[in-house]
Order: sequence, then structure tokens, then C-alpha cells
Amino acid sequence: MASHAQTLTAADADRFHMTEEHHPENGTLLGFWIYLMSDCLIFAVLFAAYAVLGRNYAAGPSGADLFELPVVAVNTGLLLFSSITYGFAMLSAQAGRKTPTLVWLAITGLFGAGFLTLELTEFAHLIHEGAGPQRSAFLSSFFTLVGTHGLHVTFGIIWLVTLMVQVGQRGLDEAMRRRLMCLSMFWHFLDVIWIGVFSFVYLLGALK
Amino acid sequence: MSPDLVKFLFGRLTWDAIPFHEPILLATFAVVALGGVAVLGLLTYYKAWGYLWREWLTSVDHKKIGVMYIILAIVMLLRGFADALMMRAQQAIAFGDHAGYLPPHHYDQIFTAHGVIMIFFVAMPLVTGLMNLVVPLQIGARDVAFPFLNNFSFWMTVGGAVTVMLSLFVGEFARTGWLAYPPLSNLAYSPDVGVDYYIWALQVAGVGTTLSGINLIVTIIKMRAPGLSLMKMPVFTWTSLCTNVLIVATFPILTATLALLTADRYLYTNFFTNDFGGNPMMYVNLIWIWGHPEVYILILPAFGVFSEVVSTFCGKRLFGYSSMVYATVVITILSYLVWLHHFFTMGSGASVNSFFGITTMIISIPTGAKIFNWLFTMYRGRIRFETPMLWTVGFMVTFVIGGMTGVLLAVPPADFVLHNSLFLIAHFHNVIIGGVVFGMFAGINYWFPKAFGFKLNSFWGKVSFWCWLVGFWVAFAPLYVLGLMGVTRRLNHFEDPSLQIWFVIAAIGAVIILFGILAFLVQIIVSIRDREALRDVTGDPWGGRTLEWATSSPPPAYNFAFTPVIHQIDAWWDMKQRGYERPTSGFIPIHMPANTGAGVVLAGISTVLGFAMIWHIWWLAALSFVALIASTIVHTFNFKRDYYIPAEEVVRVEDERTQALRSLA
Repeated sequence: MASHAQTLTAADADRFHMTEEHHPENGTLLGFWIYLMSDCLIFAVLFAAYAVLGRNYAAGPSGADLFELPVVAVNTGLLLFSSITYGFAMLSAQAGRKTPTLVWLAITGLFGAGFLTLELTEFAHLIHEGAGPQRSAFLSSFFTLVGTHGLHVTFGIIWLVTLMVQVGQRGLDEAMRRRLMCLSMFWHFLDVIWIGVFSFVYLLGALK
Repeated sequence: MSPDLVKFLFGRLTWDAIPFHEPILLATFAVVALGGVAVLGLLTYYKAWGYLWREWLTSVDHKKIGVMYIILAIVMLLRGFADALMMRAQQAIAFGDHAGYLPPHHYDQIFTAHGVIMIFFVAMPLVTGLMNLVVPLQIGARDVAFPFLNNFSFWMTVGGAVTVMLSLFVGEFARTGWLAYPPLSNLAYSPDVGVDYYIWALQVAGVGTTLSGINLIVTIIKMRAPGLSLMKMPVFTWTSLCTNVLIVATFPILTATLALLTADRYLYTNFFTNDFGGNPMMYVNLIWIWGHPEVYILILPAFGVFSEVVSTFCGKRLFGYSSMVYATVVITILSYLVWLHHFFTMGSGASVNSFFGITTMIISIPTGAKIFNWLFTMYRGRIRFETPMLWTVGFMVTFVIGGMTGVLLAVPPADFVLHNSLFLIAHFHNVIIGGVVFGMFAGINYWFPKAFGFKLNSFWGKVSFWCWLVGFWVAFAPLYVLGLMGVTRRLNHFEDPSLQIWFVIAAIGAVIILFGILAFLVQIIVSIRDREALRDVTGDPWGGRTLEWATSSPPPAYNFAFTPVIHQIDAWWDMKQRGYERPTSGFIPIHMPANTGAGVVLAGISTVLGFAMIWHIWWLAALSFVALIASTIVHTFNFKRDYYIPAEEVVRVEDERTQALRSLA
């Protein structure tokens, strides 16, 4: 909580207005955090839908029939590593070093693109086998949950490229560092969601 | 052109979608078109386009955005109320051999549109508008935390409203009821565009609502003036905070739920279908996990308005400030734990139903505490029965009765009898009209002088109030009776002639409410005409207690020349008591956000995207989607988002006020 709003300085004790410009704290990071929580709720609904419908196979294939854990393990590895590389990008950005920042961002984006490629390949394979999202409520909820995460990663990559262009143009001023911080939160948030998907959908699904 | 090409270009959209054969719609369209042309003509004649674009449409000023929200709500109120009158007329005459004048196909669209419009495009914009207008002033801020986002949110709400209105003249609206339960709303039973209009209107508007929720939370958390700790905040700001927390914590659920329905309708998935493992009751659960908090999203700000109005017009500090705050927070939390009471009849068993019945009844405790706080504030106060206070007293009587019928419905066995009956309809109109609508009218009458610098005419205000109050009871008391007799909702024809008298009385009530709405419009027109006589130069026409009354009316773009320092609850009262003198010199440049047209553009493209999706015009959908992304990216390259109001300009504005105040003395 903003401390300035609660404690008055001695000078404020007997005055009713400030005579200098008042600068409230920048709220972007808090706002973005709240946005992430709202996004988290969207995933909560998708997870809940999967929890309710995840065993309604409609005489079709189950997770145990479909999921190939090694591929998913590679995918998970790509995404987790991309979080680490984003961390390095942030460290470089804080130090004000533009080129390493851009390099680490590029690596992060490549990891993300690799993740998406594998995911789309998996989707194409499933649909080709006749296990598309229309086949059963289980597959509807599976495709929607995993696909929504993938869609987020896609937007993350578009955003990342945009920020790389802007860092290239403007360098690492305060506005750019703030933007990088927002994307950083977004990127790690998607990682956390993926860990939920990985454990809840793939690991548990492969057991059934 | 070849049929394939036409289908590619226009998707499902054909000339059949235009209702040439429906005289009611054609006449409505003629009126809307003529009105629209008249407005556009006048704007052109007075060369007002540039002014409108620069000063209003692209404005990031929270006060102007608040006013625009309220104007949107009033326009949509007329549409939503026209639907209500049509329903009341149909039910009053459709007995026995008489089929009435509305075929079921049309009637079902009307009750759906009525609910959707009244909740999403009347009540929500009224609430959001008042919060926008008042909250930054009450906390001594220059604007909201994200001014551009605020403008964008408003235009997304407009985009949703435009989409709903479009369904009147191009295609049709949903025939499913305002929450569009599957399987009825799914492809198998509603293959045409009605439900798609519903979905895309709510999705476009929902983005705006969620972002505006985030915006106001951050504003209240981060932008309070020095000294304004949480437990010194005006109660309206408190209820706004809780409402926005609820918005952020529930609208994403609505978004996701509608997205799943969209997937069912566009991608043929099986979330809510009857076969392939789908589960329609999951939709009902999800939509009410949003839907129940939604009613608190609407009522909490109204509670805030009443708190401000009661303490101002009784000339007393609000009784039980802390208990008011805690009651608000408790209601916020409990509103999540009651959703299942909307469908006790689902058959979830005695234990589950008992749990939700009990949590529902518990909500009446903090709500009751609030009622007592208002009553104790009035006790031994010097009550001035100005228009806002009348609305407040009308609310207290009406809302308490509505609340008690709610507690009746919270008893599961009673609910099994009353579920989906007109008793329920009477109950929720009792709390929404008696609570939200009365609250918003109180708020409009209370803060109008702040927004425009002159009071609203009190005679027409009182006429409006009495028509609404009497009209409400005449319209809805019969529905309680009918509900207890077992009449269910959404019927467009009745066999039993003994019921007719009650529906006739209800229709008369609706006409009395119509007079209330007309009186409100007359009130605004008369007040604008007599604005010089109603002018308030002081900025504090009611003897107010909170900070918004400390600045001029209308406030300057920067709200306060110097950021106020707060020492107590009722900061402005405290300042007046301690002989506060308004600063007249030493002004400095003020840092302000700059206007931008990006919100209009982005929301416009989103609306086109929705329209293209509704009519399956895939090329246009793809194009507008790409355009949406591209425009967003282009907007992020704009780093010049602020400017300084030079000190000379501040001096000029403040000197003008000094002169005005001096001439008053």
C-alpha cells in the first residue's frame, strides 16, 4: 500500500493543500498485476471446465490413449527455459545494457516459438487421428485450455517483438523498462499456468 | 455476381435479415433514423464536429467520460423501457382467444433484449459513469490511473450497445432470456444470429468493463491525496473500490463462459451440448458465479450514493462509518458464496442447497446493518428533503421489502415453489429498481451540479420520483400476487381470464413509470433552460462533506489547483470547520494526460469484428482482427501521452473563480 497516502509529514500537519506538485506512485505494475489475476480467472474457468468434463470421452479416446509425454516434456522444458532467459533479459535491462537485453529477448522468443511449433504439431496430429475438439467434451475442454494458453504465448511473442523494436529505437529508458517488466510478469505467469496444465492435464491424463 | 461470391462477401447477411415485413420495427427504424439524421445535421450545422471530437469523444478526462457513460445509459434506458412497455401491453391483452400483438418469436427477443440492455447498458454505464465522475474528485486525484484505458473502456461499452441496437434492424436478437442458457442457446436450438449478437455485444462491452474495473482499483489504491488513508475514504469511494474488485474478479468468468458457448457455436465443440459428454448445467453454474456478484456490483455503488446523500442532507457525519465499510467488504466476499440459489431446482441435494440458502440469508445481515446506519444518521438530523434525499427515503422503504422477499426466496423449499415465477421477477425488480435505479437517480440529482455547475430543477425531480415510486409498486405488487398464484415468467399468452386484472394493473404501473422517465427528461431540459437561475457558483450547493465539493463546479480539467491534504473523514467538512482559505496565488504548471483518438478507433474495429463474426463474414473478421492488433501496436509507439497545463492557464482559471466567488459575496 502506498505509504505516502497514509503518513503525513510534519509540514502537512496544519495545511489543507500541497503547494508543490504531487506525484502519485506509478500504478502500471499494480494494474498489470491485477489484469494478470483477471486473466488467471479465465484460466480458472477453463481448468474448472476440464475438471468437470475431462472424463466425458463420449466413447472416444482418453488422455492415456492420446498424450505423448516425451513431447510434452520437451515442450515444458522449452517454456521453462524461456522464463530463465527472460530473467537474464531483465537483468541486462536493469543494468542498462541494450544489446544483451535484445539478445536474451530474442532467445526467449525463439524458445516460445519452439513451444508453439511443438504444440501445433501435437494438435494437428490429434485432429488428423480424429481426436479433434468436436469429438468429445473431454477433447473440447482439452483443446480450449491448452489452446488458450498457446494463444497467450502467441500474443506474448508479438508483444516481445514489438518491445524489441521499441528498445532498439529508444534504448532502455524508464518507460521501456516498465514495459519489459509487464511482459516479464506476463511471460512468467504463462509459465505458472503451463505447470498447471502439465500436471493437471498431461500427467494426470496419462495415468487414466 | 455468383452466389458463391455473394456468400463470401456477405456471409449469412442477406436482404431477408432486414425486417421489411415488421411494421413495428420499420416504424422504430424510421424514428431512430430521423432522429439520427437530425442530430448529425444539427452537429454539422453548428460546426460542432471538431469540438465534439476534441473535447468529448477523444477526451481522457474522467469527468467527461463519466458524463458520456451516463448519457449512454439514459439513451439505452429509453430502449430498454420501450421493451418493458411492449411486454406489459402484450401480457395485459393476450388472454383466451386474443393472441395479443406480439408473436412469440418477437416477444422472446423483447424480454431477452430488455434484460440484457437494462443490466449491461443501463445499470452498468450508470454505475461506471458515476464512479468515473466522482471517485477521482473524492480522493483528490487529477484523473484516473490509466486515462487512455478509461476512454477505451467507454468506447468498448458503446460498441456493445451499438451491437445490441443493430440487432433490432439487421437480423434479430436472442430468444433465450438474458443469460442465454444452453442447450436452448446452443446451435441445435438457436442456429440463427440472435445468440451471436448477444455473445459479441457482451464480449465487446465486457472487455471495457473489466479494464475499467482494473483502472478504478489502481486509481483508488495509488492515487489518493496525502493523508487519505483507507479508513478516511468517503463511503462512495469504498463501495466503488469493492465494486471494482468484484468486476475484476467476476467479469473474466463471464468472458470465459461466453467464449466456451462461442466455441460450441462456431467450432462445434461440446461444452454445453446434450450429447458427446457436454454439460449444460456447467454453463448455468459458471454464468451465475459471475451473475450473482454482478448484482452486488450494481447495488454497492448505490449504497455508496445513499451514504453520501444521507449524511449531507441530514447535516451529520454518517452513523457507523467503520461498520459501513466492513458491511461493504463482507457483502463483497459473501456475494461469491451464493450463486447456486439461482437454481436450487437443479437438484444438487439438500446439503448443497442448505449451504447456499444459509449464505444467502447471511447477506441480509450486513445489508440490514447498512439500513440501520442510514436510519441512525437521519435520527435527530436536520433532514432536508431535496430530490436526492427523497430517492434515498424511497429506496429505504422499497429496498427493505425487496430484500425480505429475497430472504423468502433463499429458503430452498419455498424456492422450489417460486422458482421462475413472477414472484421472482417482482423480487429482483424490487431490489434493482428500488436499489440501483433509485440510487442512480439520487446520484445524478446529487452530483449533477458538480458536473455542470447548476442544479437540476427540483419540481420535475420530485414529479419523477413520485411517478417512479408509485409506478414501481403498481407495476410490481401485482406480479408478487401472480407469482404466489403460480404464474411463471416469460409467457406471452394466458388461458385463465381471472389473472387478467393483475396484468392490467401492472401495465398501468408501467405507464406511471413512463411518466417518471418523461418527467426526468423534462427535468433535464427545464434545468438547462433555467441554468442561470439554478447556477451554483460556490461549487458546494448542498453543504457537502466530501472532497469533490471543495473544487469549482464544473471542476477544471485538473480538478484541484493544488493537491489537497486530508486530515479526517469528511475532509471538506473538516476544511470548512477549520476556516480553510482557498489558495489564490503561487500556482504551478500541472502535469496532465493528453487526449487520444485511439480508444474510438480500437473500439470501432472491435465492433466491426463482432459484426463480422455474427454474420460469418470471415474475410472481414480476419481483416478487422489484424487491424485491431496492428492499431494496438501502433498506439504503443505513441510515447507522447502527457502535457503540462502552463501556470498562466491555471492562474487564469483560478482567478476567474476568485472573481466569481467575490461577486457572490
